[in-house]
Amino acid sequence: MSILVAVRNLTRIFDVSKPWLNRLIERRDKALLTAVNKVDFEIEERTVYGLVGESGSGKSTIGKIIVGLLPPSAGAVEIEGVDLYREEDDAKVDAVRSDIQMIFQDPYASLNPRWKVASIITEPVAARGGDTTDMAEKLLEQVGLSARDAGKYPHEFSGGQRQRICIARALASEPRLIVCDEPTSALDVSVQAQVLNLMSDLQDEFGLTYLFISHDLTVVRHMADKVGVLYLGQLVEEADRDTLFDAPLHPYTQMLLEAAPKLDGFGREATPPEGEIPDPINPPSGCVFHPRCPIAVERCKVDPPELRGVGKTRVACHLAETSRD
Amino acid sequence: MNRNSEATLSVRDLIVDIPTRHSVLRPVDRVSFDIAPGEILGVVGESGAGKSMTGNAVIGLLTRPAHIASGEIWLNGDRIDHLQGEPMRRLRGKQIGMVFQDPLTSLNPLLTIGDQLRETILEHLDVSKDEAHQRAIDGLKEVGIPAAEERIDAYPHQFSGGMRQRVVIALALCAEPSFIIADEPTTALDVSVQAQIIALLRRLCRERQTAVMLITHDMGVIAEATDRVAVMYAGRLAELGPTKDVLTDPKHPYSIGLMGSTPLASAGKERLTQIEGAMPRLDSLPDGCAFHPRCEHARERCRQNPEPRLEAYQNRAACWFVEDLYL
Repeated sequence: MSILVAVRNLTRIFDVSKPWLNRLIERRDKALLTAVNKVDFEIEERTVYGLVGESGSGKSTIGKIIVGLLPPSAGAVEIEGVDLYREEDDAKVDAVRSDIQMIFQDPYASLNPRWKVASIITEPVAARGGDTTDMAEKLLEQVGLSARDAGKYPHEFSGGQRQRICIARALASEPRLIVCDEPTSALDVSVQAQVLNLMSDLQDEFGLTYLFISHDLTVVRHMADKVGVLYLGQLVEEADRDTLFDAPLHPYTQMLLEAAPKLDGFGREATPPEGEIPDPINPPSGCVFHPRCPIAVERCKVDPPELRGVGKTRVACHLAETSRD
Repeated sequence: MNRNSEATLSVRDLIVDIPTRHSVLRPVDRVSFDIAPGEILGVVGESGAGKSMTGNAVIGLLTRPAHIASGEIWLNGDRIDHLQGEPMRRLRGKQIGMVFQDPLTSLNPLLTIGDQLRETILEHLDVSKDEAHQRAIDGLKEVGIPAAEERIDAYPHQFSGGMRQRVVIALALCAEPSFIIADEPTTALDVSVQAQIIALLRRLCRERQTAVMLITHDMGVIAEATDRVAVMYAGRLAELGPTKDVLTDPKHPYSIGLMGSTPLASAGKERLTQIEGAMPRLDSLPDGCAFHPRCEHARERCRQNPEPRLEAYQNRAACWFVEDLYL
């Protein structure tokens, strides 16, 4: 299978300093937050790549860089072999851009309340001067709504229905890649099930590729073929779904899987993980996970581990070979 | 209506009404349950099912025009549903502790956490200022805040989300209440922090024999934290029983659908069972069982009033055909 998206050494640094006068008076240095730190992965065509991580791990930033909402500070994102930020040929960039769409978390904020559903759905095509006759009606039926809904406004729909409208809009320009940033986090479980099933069906039907960003391990396990785990802006482990969930190698992945509430965990007395995500402006030295890591050794405090292959997994841990004992 | 005298909290046939210009909406419809000392009762349901409304009714925090139309609420043998104003305020904090979803909005940003803890302790317990200070520090230590002596003078914004929620729990516990209501206490938190908070709640509840009503939409949290679970749908109790029984062998068609639509950690990519449609709006509840338009087993009786009801301690699921469905 061919590689659709290649993320190479991607880094994004945000300047979160106070204004220069405050810095001068309070004698503070510039504060830089490294949201994404040398992240490297590839997404194969017609697969679902799941990105998991807790808040502040940089998963949404990666999504935004891939769709082109944010420029990278270093590194590159290549889609269909085109680097969107360095490619000189506008026509090429334009062609790739129309192959990417996004579905956001909050369907209440991502639909313009003053537009009719038909205009919302056809906008990605209309903006490029395409033919939109009967398009909204057809797409609405594809996502399980009625063609008559095209003349309504977003406020007339429930959360799950709105997310279906967002999906219809994402499908309008016939994209190859859809970046889904927490697409079901705002939805109730029964509605979430409807939306996840719909997304799977559409993937089969249109041969879509998804980048599925979520903090919910069970949802990622349900949807993804390959999963990357982020911690403090770094990719700490990546493997295909079953390998990652059955035999996690990185201590953070192990901790995350252990901490996630389980439906069959009746009265489970697991020791909860220690500590919280550290301040990303002053990340720990060496391996960023070492202050919380149960198996950390001296080397972890000084030497940041590189992502390397161990069996079928790529993992950034010095002790990956022995971490499962 | 026999009340269980051993329970810390007894709710019997609670009805909450919201009069509007056109009709009277009923977000909570004849809900009955008990919570024993040291027991955690989970209340689960989708948005709009009436879980928070039930919780707010119990602690007297309904905002007008919502009000308790009928029913009884007993706390430690006293009837509290008719209490209002000052008596109710004294009861909250002293006998009822509260933990809400967003720890930042439930703490006062202008006061140090020490001020807030001491204020609550002095208000409800007969102790000196020094003793209140010591109790505040002990409370923070108990919920696992490191360096409690120094941190007590910090403001809420100086804590992380998980630490803030610990402060809120310390605040809820500092007057040693016999009942705690926790409304989505971990929804705003990360998985690893959520596990810490759930473990903390369980430990404190066991040590102090506090009754806890844990409102959440997360089935995983329900499974790990609660002893019994109540499933709510359209303001009514659909099912109530021991957590393990309800989760592994749900009886009500809605609970069955709810369990089927939750992606299982152990399962692979197969399709999720989905319940078609959505929960009815309160102003257009169907006759009979509120779930019948979405229920694949619905029969004639389900479409007619009276609807099936869950009688406390008599049946587990509010469905006419519980027995038939499993033959």
